[in-house]
Amino acid sequence: MSRFLFNRLLGMIVVLFLVCLFTFVVFFVLSPDPAVQICGKNCTPEAIDQIRENLGLDQPFWTQFWTFITALFTGRTYGTGANAVECAAPCLGYSFQTSQPVADMILQRLPVSATIAIGAAVLWLLAGVAGGLISAVREGRFADRFIAGLTLTGMSVPNYVLALALQFLLVVTLGWLPFPQAVPFGDDPVRWFANFLMPWTVLAIGSAAVYTRLTRANVIESLQENYVRTARAKGLRPGLVWRRHALRPALTPIVTIFGMDFANLLGGALITETVFGLNGIGKLAADSITKNDQPVIMGVTLLAAFLVVVGAMVVDLLYTAIDPRVRVGSVK
Amino acid sequence: MSTATETAAAGPLLRVRDLTVGFQTAQGPVEVVRSLDFDLPRGGALGIVGESGSGKSMTSLAVMGLLPKGATRTGSIEFAGTELTALRERAMREVRGNRIAMIFQDPLSSLNPYYTVGTQIAEAYRSHRRGVTRRQARTVAIAAMERVRIRDAARRVDHYPHQFSGGMRQRVMIAMMLSMEPELIIADEPTTALDVTVQAQILDLLAEIRADTGAGLILITHDLAVVSEVTDHIVVMREGALVEQGPVERIFTDPQEPYTRMLLDAVPRIDDEIGLLRTTAPAAWEER
Repeated sequence: MSRFLFNRLLGMIVVLFLVCLFTFVVFFVLSPDPAVQICGKNCTPEAIDQIRENLGLDQPFWTQFWTFITALFTGRTYGTGANAVECAAPCLGYSFQTSQPVADMILQRLPVSATIAIGAAVLWLLAGVAGGLISAVREGRFADRFIAGLTLTGMSVPNYVLALALQFLLVVTLGWLPFPQAVPFGDDPVRWFANFLMPWTVLAIGSAAVYTRLTRANVIESLQENYVRTARAKGLRPGLVWRRHALRPALTPIVTIFGMDFANLLGGALITETVFGLNGIGKLAADSITKNDQPVIMGVTLLAAFLVVVGAMVVDLLYTAIDPRVRVGSVK
Repeated sequence: MSTATETAAAGPLLRVRDLTVGFQTAQGPVEVVRSLDFDLPRGGALGIVGESGSGKSMTSLAVMGLLPKGATRTGSIEFAGTELTALRERAMREVRGNRIAMIFQDPLSSLNPYYTVGTQIAEAYRSHRRGVTRRQARTVAIAAMERVRIRDAARRVDHYPHQFSGGMRQRVMIAMMLSMEPELIIADEPTTALDVTVQAQILDLLAEIRADTGAGLILITHDLAVVSEVTDHIVVMREGALVEQGPVERIFTDPQEPYTRMLLDAVPRIDDEIGLLRTTAPAAWEER
């Protein structure tokens, strides 16, 4: 088990290093000179050189890259003497636009993205698994067809259309929900819930549809298993047969993709956050891309990559916990 | 507990009359069991023999009310005086597992890999005995495992099916069934997936349980040698229909039908010429 963990960790580090390298090349080497951007309109060549020196842009590529990597763990100092600025670890640099440390900007917005992601995930898991199970045990009947219609609709309507349509209907026309704002849970739980309900729904519907289909297919398959016949022959209630004997084995592959999907979402729901004006990681990414704020783009990209890699590892660990057959160290 | 039970006590444990099981296929209706009649006396042991596709498994599933979707069942199945075909699903569930228990061919795929064997034994027991706690059910599970001679049952109860050998898994299945103290045991090819030495042990165990509990036994198999060891009456089936039935000794010494003779010839003997068994079952009847 520890050997397995060690290998996974090692692989994770390699992947993250490669992601760092790749994003570094794209954003720092292939992009327009940041010094020119920072300097602005009234600029002299001397000022540009000064900025380059302060940011370390005059150094060779590998030195710059190495400084970037070490800054993540030990922090770094920009400039020298009286002008020196200390950037504490994990240092992702400073935003060209707001001059805030990128790490702080991300940390500020992470709670909003996390709230959106967790709420949406709960919704789509519940809806997807329940819908899929009902669909599977009623295969070919009305409930199955009805759910199939719903999932098809859910999968074909784009996020932003749904977001705008819901907003128009629930906020503008009916006035049932407030326009979404990121209200902290502690301030007013009811308002918090009302504010996040729409973003959650919008994000959840597409995934719920996919999870419904997946659950349905898996449950239909496990219903064919001999142990389901055994469960019936034992005289168990249909509810127990479905839940324990058909659904449980069907959930393993769902857990696998869920980990990845959830990690992905934690790294920012770009469209949903932008449409609803919620200041999460996704909105941060969208804003920094339009303003070519390279350190922020880089920070967000690294965060997303980190989350996905960690998500994949958690899934692997969960998998061993879920399926007794792959548990390491089992006794014969 | 009155007249019905008394009259039932006089009659056989299981009385099957004119049982027909059919399917609708693209080629039209197919009958996989055709007007089958047989009786199983109380405490008796009946072997249903036939090649694959002869309808023997469908017969057992029909008795259990577990036929696949789309199958039709007509005729009469009377169990201890109760007409099973007239029972609603809820009432049938009380019979299934509780009064008629079934074990299957492949014990690995017949046990759920996600739960410990203890959980799977206990869940059957708890679903039929109201107000039984988890702890009590666990005790019952351990006792049942000990009874089928699984060593170290108190520890093994928490193991998963894949941690058992093939023969031990079948013992687990038998323990699961035993915990319910059924009146009728249906064993569908219980030893086919096991190697020969283990086969003998499982058959001995079944015979022993039958002697101990007085439960009736229906043993479904393609293997006449297996039937001769455990049962006292044989039903020979072919293409869904009854070929002949009778006491084991009579069938073995004096088979009336050519088909039975062919089946007997198919049992390999060292001094024998090879008897060829012609299979005529259409593909649509193939069992999985």
